[in-house]
Amino acid sequence: MTRPAATGSCLAQEARGGSRLALSRLLTAVESRTPGAEEALRLLYPLAGGAHVVGITGPPGGGKSTLVAALVAEARARHRAVAVLAIDPSSPVTGGAILGDRIRMQQHAGDRDVFIRSMAARGHLGGLAGTTAESAAVLDACGFGLVFIETVGTGQSEVEVASIADTTVVVQAPEMGDEIQAMKAGLLEVADLVVVNKSDRPGADRAAAQLRAMLDLGNAERAGTSEHSRPRPKRPEVLLASGLDAAGVPELLTALDGHHAGRAGADRPQAARIARARAQVEGILADRSREALWSAARRAETEALLEQVAAHELDPYAAADRLLQQLGTGQPAATSS
Amino acid sequence: MTARPLKVLIAKPGLDGHDRGAKVLARGLRDEGFEVVYTGLRQTPEMVATAALQEDVDVVGLSILSGAHMTLLPRICQLLRDEGMDQVLVTAGGIIPAEDIPALKAAGVAEVFGPGTSIGQVADFMRQHAPPRAG
Repeated sequence: MTRPAATGSCLAQEARGGSRLALSRLLTAVESRTPGAEEALRLLYPLAGGAHVVGITGPPGGGKSTLVAALVAEARARHRAVAVLAIDPSSPVTGGAILGDRIRMQQHAGDRDVFIRSMAARGHLGGLAGTTAESAAVLDACGFGLVFIETVGTGQSEVEVASIADTTVVVQAPEMGDEIQAMKAGLLEVADLVVVNKSDRPGADRAAAQLRAMLDLGNAERAGTSEHSRPRPKRPEVLLASGLDAAGVPELLTALDGHHAGRAGADRPQAARIARARAQVEGILADRSREALWSAARRAETEALLEQVAAHELDPYAAADRLLQQLGTGQPAATSS
Repeated sequence: MTARPLKVLIAKPGLDGHDRGAKVLARGLRDEGFEVVYTGLRQTPEMVATAALQEDVDVVGLSILSGAHMTLLPRICQLLRDEGMDQVLVTAGGIIPAEDIPALKAAGVAEVFGPGTSIGQVADFMRQHAPPRAG
């Protein structure tokens, strides 16, 4: 089953034509950043952009996977094709991973309009894998109008999903902290919607009330974009839901649709999508620069420069500037400056 | 572009509730550097085949202790072939009588690992026999 790299456009065409096998293999290629994947993405990117990409994030054990499974069931009840990208962490030691989100989502086997794919983060920080945005674009181009991205269980500051999702949902569970937790900077700031999951548990109403109260404290003038290029959501709605028995899930999907519709037409969705474009282009730029620096033609030069920095003969800023300059001119610089 | 980790689905088809072996194996293969999709207990053959397809795994590892292996494992192999996943490596583990193994191998199971097999043996077998793939 050795697949030559040149099959990217074939895979893209077959995946667009409805082959789930081709789609799955294409996602593997994208995840491994093969030349074929790049070829396929060049074809598919112009065909994507129609899907509603929803990020689901929050701490480990908050019930994200169960909630996503309930949302998928609800979306299917509304006859919508839906895809899920579920990201779990990779071991920093061995590179291995347990991808266990799918265990909550197995009831949709055999339904062609549900496509669930697990991704290992492979060393990427921020709660996603490095190729999650590209994978979402592939699913989008292949006809999935609703794409859920479930992040790794996040701490307080893994907010990257907000830069690639149209709508970001932060999932909390009851008894995960008092109102001081809700006052802290970070995850809650990027939420378009906050869900207190496990609403069947005691304390859920209280947790939702505390979150609403704290979010209201910061409600003044949240329009405009920050210098971090991410559009600042207005004060997020706080909903109660239970992924387990699907209570509140129809209301949640309706709220997601409402958020998406509310953004269409205004310049806010534009800002969100520019943030996504920026994240993607900057990521590719970083990869390409790295490849160029370690290409056969430049490797020796790059290594020599690093040795100078290691020996404290050159400061790292000067080294970076010099490398950038070389990349810009396409020429290795003179050996001494 | 670096070497892609081997991606393995660990699933328990059928109705027995003994998932300790599957969990030990999933965890052990993680430590061997594999990406392990774990779908857990009470999987139908259709669930296993759908997960293998959507995850594009290299290996499907099935743990079964219920005695229903002669029904479930050939069915899973057939569904995988129907989906076009002809090349995926299928292995089995659990309580499987020796006299059943030839029939299972004829149905498409590459190897059957009994009690006492080490994680290292399983990992080495998967590394050696997983289908080669570009990228």
